[in-house]
Amino acid sequence: MRRRIGRTTATHLTLATFAALFAAPIVFMILTSLKTLPEINNGSIFALPESPSLAAWSKAWGSACISGTCEGISRGFINSLAIVLPSLILCLALGGITGYALSLRASWHADALLKAILIGLFIPIQAAMFPMVIVVRELGLFGTRAGAVLVHVTWGLPFVSLLFRNYFLTIPRNIISAARIDGAGFYAILRHIVLPLSLPICAVAAALQFTFIWNEFLLSLTFAGAGHEPVTVALNILAGAQFGVQEYNVNMAATLLAALPTIGIYLLYGKIFLRGVTTGITKTRHA
Amino acid sequence: MFALLPTAGIIAGAFFVFVGWTVIMSFSASRLLPSYEFVGGLQYQRLLTNSRWWTSMENLAVYAVLLISGCVCLGLLLAVLIDSVKTERLYRTLIMLPLSMSFVTTGLTWQWLLNPTIGIEHAVRGAGWTTFAFDWLVRSDRAIYTIALAGIWQQTGMCVSLFLAGLRGVDPSYWRVAQIDGIPVWRTYLHVILPQLRPAFFTAFILLFAVAAKSYDLVVTLTGGGPGFSSDLPAHFIVDQLGRHELGTGAAGACILLITVAATVGPYVYMEIRRQQRA
Repeated sequence: MRRRIGRTTATHLTLATFAALFAAPIVFMILTSLKTLPEINNGSIFALPESPSLAAWSKAWGSACISGTCEGISRGFINSLAIVLPSLILCLALGGITGYALSLRASWHADALLKAILIGLFIPIQAAMFPMVIVVRELGLFGTRAGAVLVHVTWGLPFVSLLFRNYFLTIPRNIISAARIDGAGFYAILRHIVLPLSLPICAVAAALQFTFIWNEFLLSLTFAGAGHEPVTVALNILAGAQFGVQEYNVNMAATLLAALPTIGIYLLYGKIFLRGVTTGITKTRHA
Repeated sequence: MFALLPTAGIIAGAFFVFVGWTVIMSFSASRLLPSYEFVGGLQYQRLLTNSRWWTSMENLAVYAVLLISGCVCLGLLLAVLIDSVKTERLYRTLIMLPLSMSFVTTGLTWQWLLNPTIGIEHAVRGAGWTTFAFDWLVRSDRAIYTIALAGIWQQTGMCVSLFLAGLRGVDPSYWRVAQIDGIPVWRTYLHVILPQLRPAFFTAFILLFAVAAKSYDLVVTLTGGGPGFSSDLPAHFIVDQLGRHELGTGAAGACILLITVAATVGPYVYMEIRRQQRA
């Protein structure tokens, strides 16, 4: 079966050029983060560092000042984890149960909810944001981690529920029918049959949801509040500062550090990450 | 069916009560604090006479067209190339790497590369070409293109994976038949393979439009909406109204953005609902 377009060498050359172009911004960021400030201001971003140093990285991680606290981006990491992990667990638990219930298609309620979920995937946050601020403030959770967790779970649920539903539809119905005949209830079936079968989809959902929430900016910025800034918000404060000397090397090191966890997930999970991102409608959320 | 209640409650609350609430606010006198004094279309009138809003809507059109056409063309080309070589893993990994990064990271990265004082312009001038200019980031007539550039860099990987999945799903016998009949490869692609990728084109279009409509982080980190308000996008304009104590005007903007998304994405969601119910 021949489907070569032109010569193989030419194809490889074109692909290598594009791959290099896509990787180039990241490479130049790494190079710049290893330079000293005078070297950055006087030299070229394409130049290799004269004497590579990790000083900017250690400052970015542990001692750069972000809104008055000089603990570097590591503080943002802790804040992010404190928001991402609870959000992730709640999203998976609720989304898993909902996805399973939806996959049974037992009533018109389930159909109505499915429609609502598909519509919910496309609603811009801006269209619900002002009332959300009012309600979260009334609950006394505005500017707290719990508030940030609450909004992230809310905006993650449609996607996770749909992901689980589509997976559960592939479980043979006979297994579930047999268990039901043997007297197992909804939660017994979920606990003893569906859950053990759903570890792969849990891994996909966890990887994607971690990436989405870690990379999210608008909800975190609005709801997390001072002192709880997650990594994207902290990074924007650090790099967006208009006053004083711009420490480009530190800022770039911080940017790379902030991107490392999700790059790591992508490199480790590669295929399932992309399958999750590109299966049918499931690609709708951008982080 | 009690299992559906928590999610049903949350989704009904967040997506329908809150959106309805936003619609109500857009007809109210809300400024710093929400108020429920009905003022008719006043907020819409204020919005539609605000030149900043019109700039942001024009920018959304430019950005969406560039983002969609750029990502789809580049994504399709790269997917076809990747599909036609055996050792493609490294290429795929590098091209899709930006997809795993946040829009904040993307925006900051390009803000430095395009920054005339330290970025590409500075480097090329330093290398001897002293009249070289690549100052789109600080030019009010070009800044929106830098947002499109950064968006294309980040989202092309998504299109590549969509098209690659489509290409690999094509029945191999088409290729065999085309080869036996001696049809050139490019014609096989154009007339046999690409028409089968219609769902992938469709999905890419919808997803990229949704990305464009929601772009807030990229504006904040790359241009800040500037110079002036020249690279503002509606998603950024609306949030900005919160800080300017103009809740009502922001809500009106949110409603118009929602209508824009619904008009573009709505038909797709409708078809998807039909398809899911048959699945």
